[in-house]
Amino acid sequence: MLLLTLLAATAVTIARMRSLLAAVMLTGIYSFLGAGWMLLLDAPDVAFTEAAVGAGVSTVLMLATLALTGSDMKPRGHSPWLPLAAVLVTGAALVYGTMDMPAFGDPNAPIQLYPSPSYVDKTEAEIGVPNVITAVLGSYRGYDTLGETTVIFTAGIAVLLLLRGRHRRVRGDDTPSDGETPR
Amino acid sequence: MLDVTMVAILVTMALALARASMGPTVFDRILAVNMFGTKTVLLIAVIGFLTDRPEFLDLGLVYALINFIGVVALLRFIRFGHFAEPDEAERMDR
Repeated sequence: MLLLTLLAATAVTIARMRSLLAAVMLTGIYSFLGAGWMLLLDAPDVAFTEAAVGAGVSTVLMLATLALTGSDMKPRGHSPWLPLAAVLVTGAALVYGTMDMPAFGDPNAPIQLYPSPSYVDKTEAEIGVPNVITAVLGSYRGYDTLGETTVIFTAGIAVLLLLRGRHRRVRGDDTPSDGETPR
Repeated sequence: MLDVTMVAILVTMALALARASMGPTVFDRILAVNMFGTKTVLLIAVIGFLTDRPEFLDLGLVYALINFIGVVALLRFIRFGHFAEPDEAERMDR
């Protein structure tokens, strides 16, 4: 509960922060807190991903963005009440939605009854992989996973091509034009 | 004993958070962020022993590495203002 209080305090501080560099640092703290909270909820793999992506990679990416754009924030030109109202309404709708959810860890919840028991029972015989999640991802939903991997691979290639193009232009300015062999 | 440790770590986290949000200079904030990451590692270790799951220590190690990368990136950004390689940056400056 104390962790959640800290999480909320961090979020409010980020929203009120005018210096974008400090805001980036605080998002790192926020990710660490979120990861700790997920660990307390007994989801270590989600916490692992949150820490690696939220605190590690996205801090570096946001700093790289700041390096390109500058770290000053434009003064906002509209009143904060409309966004605040939109956020409050959305949040209220989400909280209302959680009321229909079964209690945390309820053994009679639909997700515990269907279809996971059959997977847990049959995976060993059908696939022969001890880890059920690996069996689902790699075999039952193999084509799905292949498609996802293809999408991510394509995106990675596109980003690499974009970045390489920029490098070459920078080098192109540098090559001497008087017939000397380029480096 | 472990409970007391946990409360102490949480209080330290709150203090580091306060320093990170108030911190007059950028270096106060960096120190606070680094400290916060370290406290998260300690918290994970304590939670691991409180709930009898010492394998959480591995997670703590990974968090420490991530924290290190984040702080190095921050320092590099503040020192140089960009992430390019030094020779390349020199070329871009020209």
